[in-house]
Amino acid sequence: MLGDFRLYFRYIGISVRSQMQYRWSFIMMTIGHFLTTGIEFVGIWILFQRFGNIRGWSLAEVALCYGIVNIAFSISDATTRGFDMFHIMVKGGEFDRLLLRPRSTALQVAGQELTMRRIGRLTQGLIVLLWSAHTLGIVWSPAKVALTGAAALGGACLFCGLFVLQATLAFWTVETLEIVNTVTYGGVETAQFPLSIYRPWLRRFFTGVIPLATVSYFPALAILGRGAGSAVPPALQWGAPLAGFAFLLAALQVWKFGVRHYTSTGS
Amino acid sequence: MTPYWAILSARFRMLLQYRAAAAAGFGTQLFWGLIRVMIFEAFYRSTTSAQPMSYQEVVTYIWLGQALLALLPWNYDRDIHALVRSGNVAYELLRPLDLYWHWYARAVAWRVAPAVLRALPMFIVAGLFFGLQAPVSWASFGAWLIALVGALLLSAAITTLVNISLMWTIAGDGIATLVSTLVIILSGMVVPLPFFPDWAQSILNFLPFRGLVDVPFRLYMGHLPPGDIYGLFAHQLGWTLALVAVSHHVLGRGTRRLVVQGG
Repeated sequence: MLGDFRLYFRYIGISVRSQMQYRWSFIMMTIGHFLTTGIEFVGIWILFQRFGNIRGWSLAEVALCYGIVNIAFSISDATTRGFDMFHIMVKGGEFDRLLLRPRSTALQVAGQELTMRRIGRLTQGLIVLLWSAHTLGIVWSPAKVALTGAAALGGACLFCGLFVLQATLAFWTVETLEIVNTVTYGGVETAQFPLSIYRPWLRRFFTGVIPLATVSYFPALAILGRGAGSAVPPALQWGAPLAGFAFLLAALQVWKFGVRHYTSTGS
Repeated sequence: MTPYWAILSARFRMLLQYRAAAAAGFGTQLFWGLIRVMIFEAFYRSTTSAQPMSYQEVVTYIWLGQALLALLPWNYDRDIHALVRSGNVAYELLRPLDLYWHWYARAVAWRVAPAVLRALPMFIVAGLFFGLQAPVSWASFGAWLIALVGALLLSAAITTLVNISLMWTIAGDGIATLVSTLVIILSGMVVPLPFFPDWAQSILNFLPFRGLVDVPFRLYMGHLPPGDIYGLFAHQLGWTLALVAVSHHVLGRGTRRLVVQGG
């Protein structure tokens, strides 16, 4: 297990060093990523200066959800590039090589690349989160800090799980299924707002099928102290991020199942 | 004129082959549109103050946006990027054509083909089930069509300028990202322009980007009267011509300093 981690860090160390060879390109792309993802928040701000609130939530409160989900997504987006490109590996028959090595395949695929320019989204999510906390005057007890961190990490695991599942489908389809983008990129778009504003079918989908609400909306209720009157029990508000970790573990089981059913394209 | 027309129609027919990608894109955009509609629904239920557009109008605006998303100059042509990187751009220079209009014709085809593939099903599905309304009158419909042509010409001009900027390869990437960011927010794709703060309106009215999304969409729903089309189309064409002139100049400089490696 420990050896696996050492290997993973060696892998991504190489990836980071290779990206840093093109330093200027890296800086430009990170700034670009910061801007393209940051305009989402500009859009939200524009709407709030016209409407004032959304279902009783202020801009600063929505910003907390926005910050958590963007931090979570940026982490998963940076670490799962290998899974994102996995269908190309299957198509070219390169996956055969990975199977010959005495290490976990998931680890080897994940170690392909750590996409550094995702720091752009991470930074803007963090800025929005800090601005929100400052504006709302949130009193940071150790428990709340831990919950925020757990929500972001749980969310990252959830999105990683989705990318792993998308890659797993390539074992059967050889193509990447773009429709999964609706729950990854579409999920970020959705979770930037509190889930309570949406219609019931979407709320149920993002709670029961894909537990996105458990890593953004439920913890946000507890952090904001809005949980008292809500239908969500406190235990769920505080314990919800665990669902993200569980989702990743389940996705990795599906991945193992996929690996067993892999037949090489033979090219 | 003929060779440019041939390039345009050949590219167009090639791009129409990507039907599976269009189908996947359709599903994604449908979901995206539903989320946007729900967000606006929640906003409208949260306030009693007067808004610059009605809820129905915003819904129509969102679905038009999802239908015509591919018309926006939001990315650059990877084929041209590859030509510059590999040095094959030299072949482009050898052709007895004006390089600018060659690339412009490519850009027109590149914007129209996917938009045609995606717009039709979106109009049908969103029109039947999700509240996309018909144009308010025949006059509005006509004005919308003219403004769409203007939007296409403008979009192709911006695309071509971004493509030309790729001649300065690595830095060019940054310009492409910056332009697409400006296009997406200032055209009205993220939030309809009437919602922007009042102080920003005169700036938005001056800039070219509203001609891509906001102007045609508001003509469609009668939020802008159809009689305004003359001035609005002139605004689109004026910016197109200005961008064409600038691009010609930049392309001239780019080709003079271009060094193609042998081998």
